[in-house]
Amino acid sequence: MSSLPPLGAVLPEVTLAVSAIVLLLVGAIRGEAAANLVNGLAIAVLAAAGILVLVAPHTAVSAFGGSLVIDDFSRFMKALAILGALVSLILSVHWLNRERQSKFEYPVLILIATLGMCMLVSAGDLIALYLGLELMSLSLYVVAAYNRDSVRSTEAGLKYFVLGALSSGMLLYGASLIYGFTDSVNFGAIAAAATTPTIGLVFGIVFLFAGLCFKVSAVPFHMWTPDVYEGAPTPVTTFFATAPKVAAMAVFLRVATEAFPHITHSWQQIIAFVSIASMVLGAFAAIGQRNIKRLLAYSSIGHMGFALVGLAAATPQGIRGVLIYMAIYVAMTLGSFACVLAMRRNGNAVENVDELAGLARTNPMMALLLGGLMFSLAGIPPLAGFLAKYYVFLAAIEAGLYGLAVIGVLASVVGAYYYLRVVKIMYFDEPAEAFDPMPGELKAVLGLSGLFTIFYFVYPSPLINAAGVAARALF
Amino acid sequence: MSVAAVFFYLFAGVLVASAFMVISSRNPVHSVLFLILCFVNAAGLFILIGVEFLALILVVVYVGAVAVLFLFVVMMLDVDFVELRQGFLQYLPVGALVGVVFLVELILVVSTWATAPAVAQFPKAAAVGGAAISNTKALGLVLYTDYVYFFEASGMVLLVAMIGAIVLTLRHKVNVKRQNVSAQVARTPETAMEVVKVRPGQGI
Repeated sequence: MSSLPPLGAVLPEVTLAVSAIVLLLVGAIRGEAAANLVNGLAIAVLAAAGILVLVAPHTAVSAFGGSLVIDDFSRFMKALAILGALVSLILSVHWLNRERQSKFEYPVLILIATLGMCMLVSAGDLIALYLGLELMSLSLYVVAAYNRDSVRSTEAGLKYFVLGALSSGMLLYGASLIYGFTDSVNFGAIAAAATTPTIGLVFGIVFLFAGLCFKVSAVPFHMWTPDVYEGAPTPVTTFFATAPKVAAMAVFLRVATEAFPHITHSWQQIIAFVSIASMVLGAFAAIGQRNIKRLLAYSSIGHMGFALVGLAAATPQGIRGVLIYMAIYVAMTLGSFACVLAMRRNGNAVENVDELAGLARTNPMMALLLGGLMFSLAGIPPLAGFLAKYYVFLAAIEAGLYGLAVIGVLASVVGAYYYLRVVKIMYFDEPAEAFDPMPGELKAVLGLSGLFTIFYFVYPSPLINAAGVAARALF
Repeated sequence: MSVAAVFFYLFAGVLVASAFMVISSRNPVHSVLFLILCFVNAAGLFILIGVEFLALILVVVYVGAVAVLFLFVVMMLDVDFVELRQGFLQYLPVGALVGVVFLVELILVVSTWATAPAVAQFPKAAAVGGAAISNTKALGLVLYTDYVYFFEASGMVLLVAMIGAIVLTLRHKVNVKRQNVSAQVARTPETAMEVVKVRPGQGI
């Protein structure tokens, strides 16, 4: 008989699972009136789970026969995913109350999605990967269609669901081929068996990576992103743009480096292609966008391309670059979406970029911080976004991928156009009517995110060190 | 011919015949009933090769849930199958062509089938606890120990499906009067009745 698995190591997951069920019961018993209570409790639970992840001892533990791996890498990515979920839940409270869409199921679904992300980040074999991915994705499909009376939202949910099911099918097909050619589902055992790139194995890797590219919305599997980001309620979009991206990127890094370390050359070119395509499409397709949510959707596609540059390098420095990139990306995205959520005029949410006209005169503080975030997203030194790009490009150059680095820098120059256009609209256009006053929590998130982005270069070492430690756990 | 062989040909024969009836019967309800017969015979075949858990799951899940769901759908949606079937025969040549290609492919695959010598050992290695215990027990031995994590994770996935279905479809109507059992039970004669004396010749 096997002994009880080390449950202490999986305490964050257990906390999330148990409290999701308890909060569901609280909501079911107390009825619709419990929405705010459940929201508050869910925020507390996410904070507690985040603390549990951070205070866990720094040893690598593998639970449930290697299906769940708790190491420095999973700790870093879990903390980041939980942070994204926590902040986007805090940002959602006011918006959902104003739109009369506050229901207790929303925080419960966010909790379960976060549980799925933690499982995904820690996945040590293909079955755990698939289950974590489905748990996360199914919750995301539901919250995308959360505003069920809106045609756009239901369309977003349906589109995401159908395409997500397709990508899950591809991922499963790839997983079955990999299992067939290596005789194992465990990443370590796959790595031991996959020493030469046989054609069947490479097919499996391509399909597996296609499924993962869909989840991080990398080109050519990005089609759903703009429509879903635009159609889903804005707090849901905030969530989509942060936490699931982190979790999917984490599992991408882990699969690539832990399961296929001996056949790096076989998948490096796939990642390089996906990365170039994402950077270029993200830069060019965003130029014509007028809706700020679509703009940020293309921006996130581009950013995933930049992050994948680090994976294409396939070195500890490259992985470290990806981790730094994801951390800074989450911080910038949360700040930008705090601004999008604050775009309300006479009680109605507005989403057009032109609505920001003259913000510098009506709300100078918001304009300043959003301007800083836009400069940082464009990658202008010395802001955080520049340092993020610096570390991935440095790793690419060290790995000899000069072409990738050059195309990346050119794409970020093109991308700078539409970020700076937002700044131009805010500072140089005729002022539109002022927005409604910004709720306190949005101000706090925007302030923290803006200050982090602008002043990150002053003291960058803690994040870089943490990312370095996390990246070494994979090698 | 042994008893097992007799039963094999019985189950297999009825299975093929009922499968044919599924696609050829005019009444869709009969089709679904033949489908159920098909499943039950397949379950019989499973029992013959000693996989009783799969056999019973087939009966419980496919006959008990899926086929009955089909039956409901067929009865509730008034699908005009006769109309659907018009021009059915004009697709016959294409269908036959696809079938022949598929058959050739199958023959090619099966005739060049090769297995690694080590594969012959796999079925023995997979049996948990030896051949003495039943399938169900063997499954239980690994499902709640080695695979408990996947089991629980699947449970959470199903929970999400349930929450999702309710969130996206349930509507609370405002003006519907619902039965409140506790309020009904808590009624006493004092709260429920009012005794009025009516004098002759006067109304209330």
